[in-house]
Amino acid sequence: MSEYSLPVREAVDSALSETTRGTFLENLHAWVVTVDHKRLGILYILYSTFFLLVAGAEALLIRLQLAYPHNQVLSAQVYNRFFTMHGTTMVFLVGMPFLFGFANYIVPLQIGTRDMAFPRLNAFSFWLTAFGGFLLYYSFLGGGGLYGVGNAPDVGWFAYAPLTARSFSPGHATDYWALALIVSGFGTLGTAVNIIATIVSMRCKGMTLMRMPLFTWLLLIVSMLTLVTITPLTAAQFMLLIDRYLGGHFFDTQAGGSSLIWIHFFWIFGHPEVYVLVLPAFAIANEIIPVFCRKAIFGYPAMVAASVAIMFVSLGVWAHHMFTVGMTSVSNAFFTLSTMLVGVPTGIKIFNWIATLWGGRIRFTTPMLFCIGFLFQFLIAGLTGIMLSVSPWDWQLHNSYFVIAHFHYVLVGAIVFCIFAAIYFWYPKATGKLMDETLGKWHFWLFTIGFHITFDTMHFLGLLGMPRSIYTYQPDRGWNFLNLVVSIGGLIQGIAVLIFAYNFIRSYSRGKIAGDDPWDAWTLEWTTSSPPPVYNFEEIPEVHSRRPLWDLKHPDDPDWEYEA
Amino acid sequence: MQTKRDGRLIRFAGAVLCFSLTTSVLAQGTTPSTLAPASTPAHQVYDLSIFVIAITGGIFLVVGGLLAIALYKFRARKSDPMTEPAQIYGSTQIELAWTVIPVLIVVVLFLATARIIFAIQDAPKPAVAVDVTAIGHQFWWEFRYPKYGVVTANELHIPVSPDFAPKPTFLKLTSADVNHSFWIPQLAGKTDLIANHINTMWIDPKKEGLYIGQCAQFCGLQHAMMLLRVYVDTPDQFDAWIKNQQQPGRQEAQAAVGRKVFETQACMNCHAISGTAATGRFGPDLTHLMNRATLASGAMDNTPQNLRQWIRAPDTFKRGALMPAMQLNDEQLDQVTAYLETLK
Repeated sequence: MSEYSLPVREAVDSALSETTRGTFLENLHAWVVTVDHKRLGILYILYSTFFLLVAGAEALLIRLQLAYPHNQVLSAQVYNRFFTMHGTTMVFLVGMPFLFGFANYIVPLQIGTRDMAFPRLNAFSFWLTAFGGFLLYYSFLGGGGLYGVGNAPDVGWFAYAPLTARSFSPGHATDYWALALIVSGFGTLGTAVNIIATIVSMRCKGMTLMRMPLFTWLLLIVSMLTLVTITPLTAAQFMLLIDRYLGGHFFDTQAGGSSLIWIHFFWIFGHPEVYVLVLPAFAIANEIIPVFCRKAIFGYPAMVAASVAIMFVSLGVWAHHMFTVGMTSVSNAFFTLSTMLVGVPTGIKIFNWIATLWGGRIRFTTPMLFCIGFLFQFLIAGLTGIMLSVSPWDWQLHNSYFVIAHFHYVLVGAIVFCIFAAIYFWYPKATGKLMDETLGKWHFWLFTIGFHITFDTMHFLGLLGMPRSIYTYQPDRGWNFLNLVVSIGGLIQGIAVLIFAYNFIRSYSRGKIAGDDPWDAWTLEWTTSSPPPVYNFEEIPEVHSRRPLWDLKHPDDPDWEYEA
Repeated sequence: MQTKRDGRLIRFAGAVLCFSLTTSVLAQGTTPSTLAPASTPAHQVYDLSIFVIAITGGIFLVVGGLLAIALYKFRARKSDPMTEPAQIYGSTQIELAWTVIPVLIVVVLFLATARIIFAIQDAPKPAVAVDVTAIGHQFWWEFRYPKYGVVTANELHIPVSPDFAPKPTFLKLTSADVNHSFWIPQLAGKTDLIANHINTMWIDPKKEGLYIGQCAQFCGLQHAMMLLRVYVDTPDQFDAWIKNQQQPGRQEAQAAVGRKVFETQACMNCHAISGTAATGRFGPDLTHLMNRATLASGAMDNTPQNLRQWIRAPDTFKRGALMPAMQLNDEQLDQVTAYLETLK
């Protein structure tokens, strides 16, 4: 449907073609020094795709080790490093950069502007994040310090004090962990500030807050939440380093410090962090689902309100990670209630998505399939979340494989599914080529099947009493068969991701030409060429409704006549 | 309690059936299953969990069903007209309805949960209760019975607590080093052991037997081998066990050489054997080592060969355990193993 586009573009575009190709070094240099939001977005996404493969490989090794009881593929030490690195990588080097990558690429296009508010801060933030990641992985070489050769953090991704004290974690592995998160945390804060400034001050004419695409709305909320949550994490990391090297006693229980302080700090960051990751996933679904069922999103104001509500409620639920640390019964009841309340705005969102589908004409393209997978899996993840909020039951389920299953349902079943959906959806915009649909469907079905084999089964392991973070288990526990099943599912997911990686690379040179608007979509990014020029829009567009391209394509029946 | 539970079970039998079938088929005898509760707190949690599964399962069927219907009914067809479907932007009434219904469900779930939180956490401690202090160490458990003056490790013995003569066990939990978590799924939910911080929990197993669990909070290198065994004894067995534990370590003449080795080597710096010069507290109390079925917090069975190998090279079984290889010669190894084998 690429015959629709804003008329202003044709007039200028051909005159400003910039297809002079430099040498490889010139190109590389251009990418390193770039301050273009689109290039930085792509850098973010390539960076997190790389770490997705790394952390995925770690997960497969973890599952190989757990496939049989008393397996000896990995030693206890290596296993502990791998699960720590897997968790840290997936949250900080995969989840956040992926979502900030999409934010970088999409938000300025959607609000009709030429770049982020602070392009150089944008580049600085990306490189901080990137070097934070490389610093973390350098620990495999340098983490042993004077104590020996290779090492890496092995304290778990939430690194409960006092296990991180120098007496229990000698060497420098824990320092690399803390420093890497401080560095990438500053990068994250920079990007969050930038996104907020961009959305607040750079919207094109006519784009009021209530006409912003939901993707942009949710990224605004996420960025505000990021500012509030990364701060306590960074503070806690500084306290940890002060404890380790400057004689502090914040977490030093031997000197009267408190482990609980760390746990509080960590989860005051850690729980809102879940929403920092999942709200962008919602944002992606909010864009893709309407396009492929050919209907406007149902209840736009309710979707905005629900997202804002999630932001506020999510700041008051952190201690549901702490039901077993011995809080009073009143505190346990309070955090049970606040956690359950998250289910209300989340439920509204799911109902609105279903209502959006209702009465539509659903096209089962690869991005839509991933969004549908997301809807089912997020529903289940939400319901197991309710189960975990029931604090007495959480005393049983906490730190068991049930929890592992639950948060992988959120992080993989919801977030990674939406990330894949977003890649299939916006890849043609960024590269000008469509990703292959057949390979995409292979990817979707294999990944979904593998996902369910792995993570559905894990729930039962948790109910049968298997705790997390164990490098092996006794053969008489009744967990053998289920663990083997989980590992096989992991392998299937691994194969699916390889198909995706192949498709991702192959489509760049051999994909079908996409055109400006391959999905017949409605937001401003689809008015630009694919890939968009450096300056995005020759003339800053003006919008009159939430779906400027709908208005353009249906001048007889424009949206602004209906929007409240 | 009993009748309420039965009523609830009948009501939600359908929801439970498939669930319990799946898990019970998969579980074996020694599985530390949360679905086979054997003590009041575990039972209460289990009953609550069935209630929650019924409600969330219902939500799943309704919402998942609507989603599936939408996907099937509104799929794009070849016969569709070329125009777009009718655009619907929202409906305040419908959205109000699906805000209010979840709120009501939350209220119900919260009230059911709060009842159990207070019932378990604030249960009064009866005078007959047995007191145990559990102290977590990297990577083993220390158990103290302050009323009886008994100290043991890794294998907790407690009396059975039948309904007609309840004798629950109240645990105080703390840690000597990093955080740990005490978890016997069949007896109760887990409670963390945290240094500088005392937690409490209670269990009242209804049936004798062995209950299995392990540390549930990552505590370092050998977290996976910080296993936990709880023996629930009949009152007579328990009294006999306590009586035996209160005795000092046996001193058999033929084991005197081994005892000498124990007392003159570094063993005594970390281990205690009452009635001897060994009063170390960094490692498990060995006064009645032979009453334990396992060594190294469940890492292996307590056999003479394993014990000897453990003293010679702990890395064989549990690499990273804080016990050092003792560098004894073969003769000393045999002697000290023989001595430890007498500590019944």
